[in-house]
Amino acid sequence: MGAWTDMAFILVVVLDLFLLASSRLGAAIRAVALQGALLSLLALLLTSSGHDLGHMLAVAGGAFFIKAFLIPWLMFRAIREMAIRREMEPLVGYVPSLILGGLGVVLSFALSRGLPLPTNEMHPFLVPTALATVWTGLLLVVSRRKAVTQVLGFLVLENGVFIFGLLLTDFMPVMVEAGVLLDLLAAVFVMGIVMFQINREFASLDTDALSSLKD
Amino acid sequence: MILRALLQIGVLLLLPPLLLGVVNRVKAIAAGRKGPPLLQLYFDLAKLLRKGAVYSRTTTWVFRAGPAVGLAAIATAGTMLPVAGQPAIVSFSGDFVLFAYLLALARFATALAALDTGSSFEGMGAAREVSFASMAEPTLFLVLVVMARATGSLSLSGMLGPALAPAWRAAAPALLLSAIALFVVALAENSRIPVDDPNTHLELTMIHEVMILDHSGPDLAFILYGASLKFFLFGALLVRLVADVGATGFWSAEGAFVLELLAFSVLVGVVESFMARLRLTRVPQMLVGASILSVFALVLLLR
Amino acid sequence: MTALLALLAAVVATASGLPGLLFRRRPTLAQRLSAGALCLAAAIGFGAALPVLAGSPPSVLHHAWGQPFASLSIRLDPLSAIFLVPILAIPALGAVYGLAYWPQAQLGARAIRLQLWYGVVAGSMALVCLADNALLFLFAWEVMALGGFFLVRSDGDRTDAQKASWVYLVAAHVGTFAIFAFFAAVGSARGSFDFAAWAGLRSTGAAAGWLALLALVGFGLKAGLVPLHFWLPGAHAAAPSHVSAVMSGVLLKTGVYGLFRTAGFFEAPPASWGIVLMALGAASGVLGVALALAQHDLKRLLAYHSVENIGIITMGLGLALLGRARGAPGLVLLGFAGAALHVVNHALFKSLLFLGAGSVQHATGTRNLEKLGGLARAMPWTAGLFLVGAAAISGLPPLNGFVSEWFVALGALRALELPLLDRASFAVLVAPVLALVGALAAACFVKVQGTVFLGNPRSADAARAHESPRAMLLPMALLAAACVGIGLLPSLVVGPLSRGAAAWSGMPLAELRPDALGALDSAAWIARVALLLLALVGAVLLWRRRQRTAPDPVSETWGCGYAYPTARMAYTGSSFAQILTSGFRWVLFPRVRFAPPRGFFPSSSRFSTEPREAVLDLALLPAVRDYISATSRVRHLIAGRLHVQALLVLATLIAMLAWRLLWW
Repeated sequence: MGAWTDMAFILVVVLDLFLLASSRLGAAIRAVALQGALLSLLALLLTSSGHDLGHMLAVAGGAFFIKAFLIPWLMFRAIREMAIRREMEPLVGYVPSLILGGLGVVLSFALSRGLPLPTNEMHPFLVPTALATVWTGLLLVVSRRKAVTQVLGFLVLENGVFIFGLLLTDFMPVMVEAGVLLDLLAAVFVMGIVMFQINREFASLDTDALSSLKD
Repeated sequence: MILRALLQIGVLLLLPPLLLGVVNRVKAIAAGRKGPPLLQLYFDLAKLLRKGAVYSRTTTWVFRAGPAVGLAAIATAGTMLPVAGQPAIVSFSGDFVLFAYLLALARFATALAALDTGSSFEGMGAAREVSFASMAEPTLFLVLVVMARATGSLSLSGMLGPALAPAWRAAAPALLLSAIALFVVALAENSRIPVDDPNTHLELTMIHEVMILDHSGPDLAFILYGASLKFFLFGALLVRLVADVGATGFWSAEGAFVLELLAFSVLVGVVESFMARLRLTRVPQMLVGASILSVFALVLLLR
Repeated sequence: MTALLALLAAVVATASGLPGLLFRRRPTLAQRLSAGALCLAAAIGFGAALPVLAGSPPSVLHHAWGQPFASLSIRLDPLSAIFLVPILAIPALGAVYGLAYWPQAQLGARAIRLQLWYGVVAGSMALVCLADNALLFLFAWEVMALGGFFLVRSDGDRTDAQKASWVYLVAAHVGTFAIFAFFAAVGSARGSFDFAAWAGLRSTGAAAGWLALLALVGFGLKAGLVPLHFWLPGAHAAAPSHVSAVMSGVLLKTGVYGLFRTAGFFEAPPASWGIVLMALGAASGVLGVALALAQHDLKRLLAYHSVENIGIITMGLGLALLGRARGAPGLVLLGFAGAALHVVNHALFKSLLFLGAGSVQHATGTRNLEKLGGLARAMPWTAGLFLVGAAAISGLPPLNGFVSEWFVALGALRALELPLLDRASFAVLVAPVLALVGALAAACFVKVQGTVFLGNPRSADAARAHESPRAMLLPMALLAAACVGIGLLPSLVVGPLSRGAAAWSGMPLAELRPDALGALDSAAWIARVALLLLALVGAVLLWRRRQRTAPDPVSETWGCGYAYPTARMAYTGSSFAQILTSGFRWVLFPRVRFAPPRGFFPSSSRFSTEPREAVLDLALLPAVRDYISATSRVRHLIAGRLHVQALLVLATLIAMLAWRLLWW
């Protein structure tokens, strides 16, 4: 059991790194979906025995449906309609963003032991994985041009927050999950609307084109 | 005892060309061809060794010494690798540093020999070889450091010895990640797809093959044999890392080792058959990704 | 006794330039005498240093001096002895090289000047390593810095030499200022300026941190640690080659010596100091070699490699400091041994390479990599000896560079033995950094050896090259022999290095002994593997020779069907390094000129990159320029107007008075 949880956390981090390196949008969406599936699995794996199992099952199932199925489906639809396949010229190249991501992983794993936490750690990898995932999401949002990749970055960011949320399930059983899921849905809707809007107006999803509006 | 040592050296010296034959056969089958005989490389080597060599007017002694130095360095590195359930012929604390640097010496000699011809193609190949190698080298070190941490030993024989099985029980994720990184390094260092295509026919896209365009006869044989030896070394490192079956008897350990090596060759052949060669600009990305995986593995063990 | 000998060596070296002045009429004899004096100084110095390295106790010489706080204190301990050996040997070999490279018979007064300052620098470097009193140390340090300034200007009329020498002088004095501040603070706190009284400085608290930072800046500037390396490439490239060999090979090492000595003063330095040094060393190593890869000028390239090697030395020193902080004898021994041995090794192969570069310049008149090529045919000995140096600096077995890098790498791995959950065990990352630096250095020297000596000549100058005279080849051959010797017999150096580690760290030798024995065992194995390697190479080559019955046919290089290759088609150094330099764009800031081919029938297109020294050209010089232009307005205001000047003086007086009265 412990080894499986370890592996799931590590896979989440490896998917972070993969997202930083991949230029194909389809592969990146699949990676985010897989990450979402892993997160819902983790929510189950980390449930302490005294916990309300049915409630946890519901949360994990909901997370799985949204993160691993609904959002990827929306994203795939989006890229199909817009006929874009890959991020062409990221602001920060793939190798530098990989190195930055690796640095984030190293620092979060090396330093997270010293962080003061409100509750005892459920799993030694939980906090560093969350930190690394949030860092990856931020990097993606900042360093990519295409709106689709930025949405993906935002989703990864939300995934990181979700992992943090797992830490707090003992404290605030319902609040966290509901908040996270709602947040996510809202994000996708907003970004989706914005994306289609941009596409219709400018026939391009390059957010750099937006900055030319200011003159 | 002496018989066993001789047998180990025999495996080290005689098996390598067969592995490349297996790789080529797997690729041929995957492509729906019959493919060359498994022993083709032995035939090639025997033929080349009997032939004379042609030298370019531009070259100096560096060109003639290159293949010899390269082969000798790789063979010397081979003495440090524990071949089957036994410790290696040469084993001391910190020997893996020497192992990695001997491979670097082989590369240095080959690249210089390539530049000695004054050909732009060979210069290009040498540039790519040393550039990609300098990205792969830290990964190799990181993988070895992970193994040193997991097993508490600083020599290759210790790392790949009896301490490995408990290390897998204690630190499976880290070792698995570093094994993946090592596989990527093995593909890159041995000029395999997706980094380099050993069978390509366009000089502009080659890495290793273009460096040795001007070598002929026995020199070419040394290079080909050295390349197969290097393939063997990386394969042995990898299979001992991931699939140490822990067979106790000498013969069973040796047999299992050879079988695992053949499986490694099949795996490489499958990868080569079903992957496209990466664009040259994407190769650094893959190598850096491998180093980051291995850094991650190390951090998992150190925290 | 040995201290007296060492002092004698320093004096002889200092005076070695005098024959040139005294026998102006017979320049050849004078120069030979001067080179002979330096060789004599080296011999005396060896006589002093070797017994200390072999285990005889440190020797002290104390004599009063008229100056306040100063005393003529000389101390020869194993640490000084390790540095003293290359500091005396390299100038001697350089002087022999100078007989043919910079002959007094042809250059007259310029050569006399150079020899005078050359001797002074050699002697003062030796004195720096021997001084046991802060003021004596500073005196020698300042003489050395000034001597270096005049040496860089030996080629006086060239503007790049003048500019480089001024940058050097400013950097040297900023460094001296920091060291002066450090010495003054410690000396006034301890009430004595004798180093003997400084042992056991407290290393906790903010004050100790500031002191250490002062020493780091002062000595780091001399050593050329990134980002304090900016003065180094210009100065080393501008000087004549045998001077570059001395400056790059040993003058930098006085900065390293200062770091070692200072670290020895402190009692139980905290782990963070070691980690800072390792981080700086890693940055110097990687960035130094990245900058070197982008250079087109052979000597600038070599100078940047000094930054890289100083980085390796600093990583070793950091490991040794970490070992002292954690009480881990393995780290102390291996870190110190790696750093100290790399000091010697770098002196050997870097001097060899600079002398080789001098021979190339001597033979072709250029050191631009894009204009050289194919020199191995005309100058086989130089090419072969340069190759030994190139392989050694790349850390390849069976040469000396490998041995010291191996010590540092193994030291880094010993950090794994620190207790679990100790963050200092991240020091193990030094090992992969070392691998990266080594691989990049190998790439760079494949480029250098390939573009300078192999292939076809790229210019008429390169085609006219000739082999250097014997006086230039002999020192190079000796250096190469030393590189091979240390590489084949690493066991010899373990004993002296462990004595040095014990003397430096204050750990008893018995505590270091188990690790020293382990290192000795491994060193013996390295020697055996090296011999096996050589035997295998020999066997393959011998078989090849016997198998050959007729002379091999000769033909053109295979050009993929094209039968008339020219040198213009060959891969250039810049192209060779392009993959790696483009990966390091973020530190190199190259100036790129690119005219792409246009249209269906492109007439001309060109591409060239010019590396820049980022710290100097993009940060310091613009800052200085801005400062000057800002202050020039004030100058305009007061220039030639006496009353305004008087007003300024008055205003200053009033301001100071007010400050004195109100706040003080």
